[in-house]
Amino acid sequence: MIKVEGLTKRYGRTLAVNNISFQVDKGQVVGFLGPNGAGKTTTMRVLTCFLPPTAGTASVAGYDVLEQPLEVKRRIGYLPEMPPLYPEMEVSEYLTFVGRLKGVSQSAIVRRVDEVADLCAIGDMRDKLISKLSKGYRQRVGLAQAIIHNPDVLVLDEPTAGLDPKQIIETRQLIKDLARAAAHTIILSTHILPEVEQTCERVVIINKGQLVATDTVENLTHRLRGSEAVSVEVEARDGKLDSSAAQRRLEQVAGVSRVVLRTSRDERATFEVESLQKQTIRGDLARAVVEAGWNLNELRPLALSLEEIFLELTATESETAASPADGGNK
Amino acid sequence: MKNIWIIFRKELRSYFASPIAYCIMTLYALIFGFVFYSAVTYFQQIVMQAQSMGRAFPLSINEIIVRPVLMNASVVGLFLIPMICMRLFAEEKRSGTIELLMTSPIRDAELIVGKWLAALALYAVILLVSAVNLTFLFSYGKPDWKPILVGYLGLVLEGGCLLAIGTFLSTLTRNQIIAGVAGFCVSLLLYVLNWVTSFESSTTSKVLGYISVVPHLEPFTKGVLDSRDVIFFLSAIFLGLFLTARSTESLRWRA
Repeated sequence: MIKVEGLTKRYGRTLAVNNISFQVDKGQVVGFLGPNGAGKTTTMRVLTCFLPPTAGTASVAGYDVLEQPLEVKRRIGYLPEMPPLYPEMEVSEYLTFVGRLKGVSQSAIVRRVDEVADLCAIGDMRDKLISKLSKGYRQRVGLAQAIIHNPDVLVLDEPTAGLDPKQIIETRQLIKDLARAAAHTIILSTHILPEVEQTCERVVIINKGQLVATDTVENLTHRLRGSEAVSVEVEARDGKLDSSAAQRRLEQVAGVSRVVLRTSRDERATFEVESLQKQTIRGDLARAVVEAGWNLNELRPLALSLEEIFLELTATESETAASPADGGNK
Repeated sequence: MKNIWIIFRKELRSYFASPIAYCIMTLYALIFGFVFYSAVTYFQQIVMQAQSMGRAFPLSINEIIVRPVLMNASVVGLFLIPMICMRLFAEEKRSGTIELLMTSPIRDAELIVGKWLAALALYAVILLVSAVNLTFLFSYGKPDWKPILVGYLGLVLEGGCLLAIGTFLSTLTRNQIIAGVAGFCVSLLLYVLNWVTSFESSTTSKVLGYISVVPHLEPFTKGVLDSRDVIFFLSAIFLGLFLTARSTESLRWRA
């Protein structure tokens, strides 16, 4: 549905997006992940034909963003970071205007406005001025305008930014519903990682304009976690704990690849223990600690969250990628 | 065509949904009312003078009231036109709604023409306010209505020309005040540019004088419909809108 190849965007001498390629299939929900200033918004603006790419191509539903922008625009619903609202308009009036602008036919427009108002739960607000709406409702009106023409592709730039927790949950649910009910292909950008875990099937991670990874959430987790990581807290029964002795003891357990001392206070110490590939070590660890005469206060598996994946990927990539990108800017 | 209409309606609606239109119309009615009142008083004075001197021929209302009043209307317009068009693009850029418009399946030209036509329509409505004053002339005298119509055509064309330039200036900034001040300065410059021709007759001053809107507007207020002046204004409008189109296109590249 969406195909991006070698996309590069420069603002003057600043390289915002550098040679990004990815593909999104029909009906997929893709999370666009990256720290602030990574190039998420720029990529989205290229996809929505707001900005032309400096190099490379992007196409939506087979139409190139440069060659046939009108066709692309007809098929895309876009919610920019700041919802593009006219404060002096009433909600239904605004939705009607956007609907007409996006090419919804005169006969269908009233029905369509009703539908999206129901879908986005803004039915009660239809006769209110947009300037009187709260932030959460504005965001929903923004979402409603993006889907008014029932587009094939939805591009949502940080759809949950600035909402309260309840609204965030509702918005995520709405996005999920949209993907399921209407088979929209959705790209949403965010820097909130659990959001991606909850709503998206695939992740595209970019950092400093570079593509870092693109895969499903499970695959990414799997790829980076071949081994088990466990947090172990050991306590001496009487007096002071010799933390280096404890560390040595843990290292002797079969299947352990690495032991790192995290915190150490007089009588207790916390270690992070990593196993070798595909080894389970928790049972042996527990036995080893108890047999050595210490108390085992805590034994907790450390799940590699998307957050860690993200940090790991962006940290390593930025070290290797920073030099050529910086060189290009000089 | 349909898209122009959509944009046109939205712009006109936002003029009348906000206090802008009413504010401008009220101020215009006030100033124009005074201009009209003083013109009529002046006319009464010279009629009385003419009668006391025993001259019998009727004095032309068109010549003595309508013509200067229409010229003055264009001066008042000078102040109002920048206020009408300064928001057209600057406001959209500031609020981010430009992103909605430019990612919608409409052409830049449709967007620009729709906006400009809405501004022109508001200006035409304002001119109607002044026309209300002129109708009183018909109840007390017999002015010729055709030159008045031509005069109004001239005002609309001149207004359209300044609005097109103001629309262009509005695309250059996200600050409405800057767009408004720049629009006012350019309009004023175009208005006074022909002053040089009064004391100099070099080619430069002739060219400058030609660029001014005043020598092209004056024939209209006299009731003279000269195709050269019509073409001048139409091409100035085209130039303004063309520059607007170029500027919106460059918005995409500069963002």
